[in-house]
Amino acid sequence: MTDFTLLTVVVLTAIVLVAAALLIARLSAPRTFNPQKGEPYECGLPTRGTSWGQFHSGYYLYAILFLMFDIETVFLFPWAAVVERVGMWGLVSVMFFILVLILGLAYAWRKGALAWK
Amino acid sequence: MEQSFLDYYSLEPVTRWIHDTLCGVMPEGWAVFLEGLVLGVVILLAYAVLAVVLIYMERRVCGAFQCRIGPNRVGGKGGLLQVPADVLKILTKEIIRLKNSDHLLYELAPYLVILASVISFSCLPWHKGAGVLDMEVGILFVLAASSIGILGILLAGWSSNSKYTIIGAVRSGAMLVSYELSLGITVLTVVILSGTMSISGIVESQADGWNIFKGHIITLVAFVIYLISGNAEANRGPFDLAEAEQELTAGYHTEYSGMHFGFFYLAEYLNLFITSGIAATLFLGGWMPLHVAGLDGFNAVMDYIPGIVWFLGKTFFVVFLLMWIRWTYPRLRIDQVLNLEWKYLMPLSLLLMLIMVVLKVYGLVF
Repeated sequence: MTDFTLLTVVVLTAIVLVAAALLIARLSAPRTFNPQKGEPYECGLPTRGTSWGQFHSGYYLYAILFLMFDIETVFLFPWAAVVERVGMWGLVSVMFFILVLILGLAYAWRKGALAWK
Repeated sequence: MEQSFLDYYSLEPVTRWIHDTLCGVMPEGWAVFLEGLVLGVVILLAYAVLAVVLIYMERRVCGAFQCRIGPNRVGGKGGLLQVPADVLKILTKEIIRLKNSDHLLYELAPYLVILASVISFSCLPWHKGAGVLDMEVGILFVLAASSIGILGILLAGWSSNSKYTIIGAVRSGAMLVSYELSLGITVLTVVILSGTMSISGIVESQADGWNIFKGHIITLVAFVIYLISGNAEANRGPFDLAEAEQELTAGYHTEYSGMHFGFFYLAEYLNLFITSGIAATLFLGGWMPLHVAGLDGFNAVMDYIPGIVWFLGKTFFVVFLLMWIRWTYPRLRIDQVLNLEWKYLMPLSLLLMLIMVVLKVYGLVF
């Protein structure tokens, strides 16, 4: 079988696992209605307002920094597999690439993006 | 070193024979369908059995480390039937519909979490010729597939419309994406050393010595960094602040009940196994037996132990290490977690990668 047939099999397996377990639960679990059950859990207190509000912006900064470095890793993978063949010249080019990224990290660090406020 | 021991237990002729026989009695489409069906059932069984084994092991190990007894009532002396009893119990629990949630995303989240872990689960090299998904870009594919799980966690937290879940979800989102960097870079170090991205290729490149011995001190440090960030990726150990029960009840899956919650629990344990399995593949040689240079008799004996025993042994060794870490260290704060990654682990792993490149280009590795 080709890789993509196998991948289809695996994906279908995962979906069947979830669907079958949920089906068993639907068939065998008790069902009673109580308006309190649909409330968000907050240790017994009624929730005030919606929860889809603001959260700490620090998380957002890390997400942006992550994008930069994650794309970098994806670019580095093909080079890593052929390091020996591209040799010294490849190493120098990639060093330059990584240097630019490290400069970016140093800038973010200096600006305080990595400090949790 | 002769390569004969590599083919000794290879499963590839067996699978080819099955395929040819099936093609002989029915059209090829039907044969592929039948094989796919059997494969799916095998993956499901392995997944479920491993989950039960891991949960039991976690409870016993946790009990031992905290000087408690652990499960010991249900099913005889060792409490062997405790986990199957829990599985039956969770399957028959009511699944609650929330009033103000985003229903579509709420239902979708468990599918994504399980999908990510089943896909990366089938990439593991169980035995020679027994890796289900064995692509040319295998290890990159594992990284890509396992990051679908982060989406599931974020969706679960966001769609439940509860304050605990949303705090848990953004915490774990920030932490998981951060630790993916040092994880990716340590994997890159191994790819440089092995010269291939395919998982079976990485295992076979370790025939003359496991990567952890081949790369001087560098792969050893990379192994430690991999364990730390793998632990964080599996949402465990000192990094379980996404579901810090003292502050956030259960974090991102607070609003899930019954089997819905069970999926997150299942995926958490299987992710632990996958992290350990990939660690065993990258650093400890996958299904490769242990060889000591010069001791021919010892090596020959080692070759007779089948690959799956080696793989499971190494993986459960790493699982035990991670459980040890989890039950020994107190939980970190979110700023400490992010500082550890961005200011220490990531620069260090970049440095290790560059040293490894220089070693490889000058041919200084074994």
